[in-house]
Amino acid sequence: MGTLNDEYLKYPERSYGMDHDRYEWSMLQDRKPISWPNKKKVALWINVGLQFFPLNQKGIPFKVPGGMTKPYPDLRHYSLRDYGNRVGIYRFLKAFDRYNIKPTFAVNTRLAERYPYLIDKIKERGDEIMCHGFDMDALHYGGQNIHEENELIKRSLDGLRKLTGQEINGWISPAKNESENTPDILKANDIVYFCDWVNDDMPYQFKTNNGLLTAMPLPTELDDHFIILNNLHAAEDWADQVEDALDFMLQESSTQGGRVLGLNIHPWVLGQPHRIQYLERVLERFSNNDSVWSASPTEIIHHWKQDL
Amino acid sequence: MKEDPGYYDYWPYENRPKITWPNGAKVAFWVAPNIEFYELNPPDNPFRKPWPQPSPALPGYTSRDWGNRVGHTRQMKLLEKYGIRGSISLSTALCDHHPEIIEQCKERDWEFFSHGIYNTRYTYGMTESQEREMIKDSIETIYKHTGQKCAGYLAPALSHSENTLDLFAEVGSELFGDEAGFYSCDLFHDDQPTPINLRNGKRFVSIPYSLEMNDTIAYLVQKITPRRYGQELKDNFDRLYAEGVDSGTIMCIPTHNYQVSNAHRIKAYEEALEYITGHSDVWVTTGKEIAQYFLDNYYEFAQADIQQKNSNYGNVK
Repeated sequence: MGTLNDEYLKYPERSYGMDHDRYEWSMLQDRKPISWPNKKKVALWINVGLQFFPLNQKGIPFKVPGGMTKPYPDLRHYSLRDYGNRVGIYRFLKAFDRYNIKPTFAVNTRLAERYPYLIDKIKERGDEIMCHGFDMDALHYGGQNIHEENELIKRSLDGLRKLTGQEINGWISPAKNESENTPDILKANDIVYFCDWVNDDMPYQFKTNNGLLTAMPLPTELDDHFIILNNLHAAEDWADQVEDALDFMLQESSTQGGRVLGLNIHPWVLGQPHRIQYLERVLERFSNNDSVWSASPTEIIHHWKQDL
Repeated sequence: MKEDPGYYDYWPYENRPKITWPNGAKVAFWVAPNIEFYELNPPDNPFRKPWPQPSPALPGYTSRDWGNRVGHTRQMKLLEKYGIRGSISLSTALCDHHPEIIEQCKERDWEFFSHGIYNTRYTYGMTESQEREMIKDSIETIYKHTGQKCAGYLAPALSHSENTLDLFAEVGSELFGDEAGFYSCDLFHDDQPTPINLRNGKRFVSIPYSLEMNDTIAYLVQKITPRRYGQELKDNFDRLYAEGVDSGTIMCIPTHNYQVSNAHRIKAYEEALEYITGHSDVWVTTGKEIAQYFLDNYYEFAQADIQQKNSNYGNVK
């Protein structure tokens, strides 16, 4: 059934390093060890997604994970996601304060527009806010029209900067998906770090046409949405996995320098009454460990750059 | 298209000639890390889409890249700690992209076997001569970078043609005679080696590689928890170890650095490795050594037994 032409057996990128020019090939073990302030071993970055999933989802070019799945109007998923912004987030905030853990918030600009009360609350706390794109249905994808994407990113960042009064240095794309131009456009709009490339456990430098970005490690594999709703594990299993990850990173950092544990969580998942105790369990564990440094991505990058 | 690939005859698990592994071991235990390169912009294949999103498909590409940047060293150190030499299922283009990884594995005397060129180039749609060229390229690449004569094959992304095993065996012979191209990991029908019928009659065996114990199947298809995976590895071992009293069995753990080496998963994997290697009468070995040992000691007995059972009970073919 030969249907492939001989081009299929040609490999134009088959040479040293990556098959693209966005970053250098580098193994974590070969890099200079990083030290965190006060001899902490693991920098803990708790990243809370505050998301707006539109009921009239277009799904171009794919349905965002966590989005609407039923015929319009999918009230089930719309309202269950909204639960996080109305109820779950307030459980989260109490838990962070109780265990003295500093969160960072990745916010859809449309969410900030829609729920000023919530954004005021976050602003008052002074926690770092990053942009999570325009809304969960405003995807970035290969082949996207560059003018359209330029406009989308500018609209997202201008809007969130105005609504929060913060610089907004960080970015996470909805579904962590990008076009071939996204990093260039982000840099042109004064983004400093982004976390769509889940290919490392430490920050690294990422090339764009407009200068360097810092890629930050926020593993999808430990995301509450991924573990609980994709893998269908219980919240208790999520907590076990987070604790196992912490133990391993503490151990690895004793010989290889500071590590970053990035935890991406969502109030519509872990903010449920039956799940919140497992978030509290891991927060308590972090707060009882003297080797854990609860920090924002900007603080982590600041110290990482000092040791580069 | 065929109803049955024709590689082997029915051969019941009970009453086979007894296998005894070196030093009387009951189980031959091997770990097969898949060290793979997935492309950011692979060419289209009409039979299989490499990525669910239009390129750049970050979720899949970046997590595999993590395996090479971060995960590889973690698993390698762990295997070293428990005295295990990996048998690498290798995307052979990785020799060009990431020679550091190849060097580290060479230093540890690991086995390299062919897993095609890239894991985003599928066998589907290739002519026989295209597939032969791809396989030859992969075996030559392994030899050039490691000095090893490639003994084993696992088709890239488990994409096969009707000719795959024949071509692998033939190209192995063409390049290195009987020293290359003599075992396959592509078939999942047994817990012991099986002689494979090829068109050129070469002595060739299927070595159990286990999709069931494969971390990617466990984590991405079955979606089980890391602790559950660790327990399944122990359970799998316990049964094969017990049955190995009657006749030697094989346990394989196929892994992927982008799955098993995650910070939240590696502890469960380590517990299983510690448990398995903590038993006596376990032959901790490589795929090639198992295949060679079987060819040297049991292949003819097995063939004779299979033929006798065929003649006693009949065979559909």
